[in-house]
Amino acid sequence: MSPAWIAVLVTAAGCYGLKLAGLTVPQRLLANARVRRFAELVPVALLAALSAVQSATSGQAFDLDPARLAGMGAAVAALLLRAPFLVVIVAAAGTAAVLRALGVS
Amino acid sequence: MPAQTTDSEVPPPGGHPESATATAPARAARPVRDGVSLGLAVGMSGLAFGAAAVSSGLSTWQACALSLLAFTGASQFALAGVIASGGSLLAGTAGAILLGSRNTLYGLRLAGVLQPRGPRRFLTALGVIDETTAMTLAQPDLASSRTAFRATFWCLYLTWNLATLGGALGAGRIGSPQAFGLDVVGPAAFLALIWPRLKAGGTERLVALAGAAIALGTTRVLPVGVPVIVAATAALAGALASPVAASSGDPQ
Repeated sequence: MSPAWIAVLVTAAGCYGLKLAGLTVPQRLLANARVRRFAELVPVALLAALSAVQSATSGQAFDLDPARLAGMGAAVAALLLRAPFLVVIVAAAGTAAVLRALGVS
Repeated sequence: MPAQTTDSEVPPPGGHPESATATAPARAARPVRDGVSLGLAVGMSGLAFGAAAVSSGLSTWQACALSLLAFTGASQFALAGVIASGGSLLAGTAGAILLGSRNTLYGLRLAGVLQPRGPRRFLTALGVIDETTAMTLAQPDLASSRTAFRATFWCLYLTWNLATLGGALGAGRIGSPQAFGLDVVGPAAFLALIWPRLKAGGTERLVALAGAAIALGTTRVLPVGVPVIVAATAALAGALASPVAASSGDPQ
């Protein structure tokens, strides 16, 4: 087996194992109020971080793409107007797509 | 210590009964519709992964094997990126697996919501990623959460894998997903899906802001993907600092 295949399969096994490990943690552990609070807050922290990183960076550098930021601005506006999820997504992608079609990059 | 909440059941993912009443209509259809839409839109970035993997030197089959078996975008891009930049396979593999660790934290939270039993757990595990977690936890009750998880997982899994194959075969050259604004779908969706939590609790808002600040602040000094994992420290701080059972929005 080539080294590249080994890297691919070890990566796949590792990533799958990490997913399974989280699901199989004994629920007894989550009976602890602080552990449960941590588990509740983790998605909030990670998804907020992901949203920020994907909005404003590219690789290891800040990348303030005007069309992308305008798309995020449209998403925030839609959320403030209590728009449903799909409307938020379409507003965000549509704003970025229209601006790019108009030559904003 | 403050009074312990009495429910032995896992609290509903939304965490707050207000959000349940606010979003009650169309209980079965909405999680499917939202999950399928998110899966289709985000899955299209598989085109970019397939193209990146093949141009890094991986074969089409290796790109597809990663999408089928690892099924976690950040790790897959990381491995392809290291290989492309001439880094060692060992470093690439280690980095990709490190990035997968956030799915462990998601699994910790999802276990109580999805409660997968027996062999089904092994299939459910494959689907524990950012998008499914966000969509699952944004639902007002357990039944919607499970529906949302399945809909998002299957649609994203199929789209991501087909798009990977297409991207590896060169379909990415037809048109860039960016032209359709698809690169904004992920960040907008994550924000939209945690929005109700941000409105519901002060701790949640602080944790989200701190998480975003930590990730942005470390972007230039840490390898790609790691800043988001480091942001978990914001959740740790929030859990240690907040009065656990009496947090602001808890039901009586």
